[in-house]
Amino acid sequence: MHTVIFPASYESLESIGELSTQAATEAGFDANAAYEVQLAVDEAATNIIEHAYGGEGRGDIFISYEIAPETLIFRLHDHGKPFDPKLVKNPKLHLKLEEVSPRGLGIFWMRRLMDEVRFEFSSDGGNTLTMIKNRPSNRLKTATDRSEISAQDQ
Amino acid sequence: MSTTINEYKRCTLVTFEGRIDSNTVPAMEETLKGITDAGQFKIALDMSKVTFVSSAGWWMLIETQKHCHRYNRGELVMAGLDERIRKSLDLVGMGSYFKIFDDAVTAVAYF
Repeated sequence: MHTVIFPASYESLESIGELSTQAATEAGFDANAAYEVQLAVDEAATNIIEHAYGGEGRGDIFISYEIAPETLIFRLHDHGKPFDPKLVKNPKLHLKLEEVSPRGLGIFWMRRLMDEVRFEFSSDGGNTLTMIKNRPSNRLKTATDRSEISAQDQ
Repeated sequence: MSTTINEYKRCTLVTFEGRIDSNTVPAMEETLKGITDAGQFKIALDMSKVTFVSSAGWWMLIETQKHCHRYNRGELVMAGLDERIRKSLDLVGMGSYFKIFDDAVTAVAYF
């Protein structure tokens, strides 16, 4: 598992984007799917800065990822305010331009871009957001996969 | 995020380069506000050098679109949007709010 600590400020978003793209590429995702991962992680990190910490420069975001055999798992951890996703209503979609607003859409985006999204809170341990995306079925896409298979053949 | 503005007879072409996220949105918003404050509501955005657009970026662009659309005075269109960005926009149900052209020349000619 790779863990990186980022200051919870918008300046960190570019580096966070590089990390998530690198992880997705390493996990064998194509460019479109890797972009989806980047977008979901950016949404999560931005929400931590805005809502968990209530603004920039008030803490850190701990980001770890794990490439499991069938999934890419991202975990974002913070020590800010807890957040209950059940309090966020599902957004209405396909609204006219005049009616559309960002309310409730952040979580919707994360759930559309990733296969599983979980929020966990503890009163003293902070908040952990876990996002999981199923890896492509062709497992020969990464150098790691190819070397694993050739090692098994020996 | 670097920005270039070209004023044409029937529209203003704005070229953004780099990321559009919560870090760069304020400056971009100010650029677009400067254009609409000057009475220009027909805007073509050349997105061919944009590498990433977060939800904050899209909301800022949607608010600008609403502003341009008011009283039928104009519209914000896009050009050269990377396929990955465009696909993700469709995935989250936001693809219908902008006309997207292949390149800046076609986008400018639309007006």
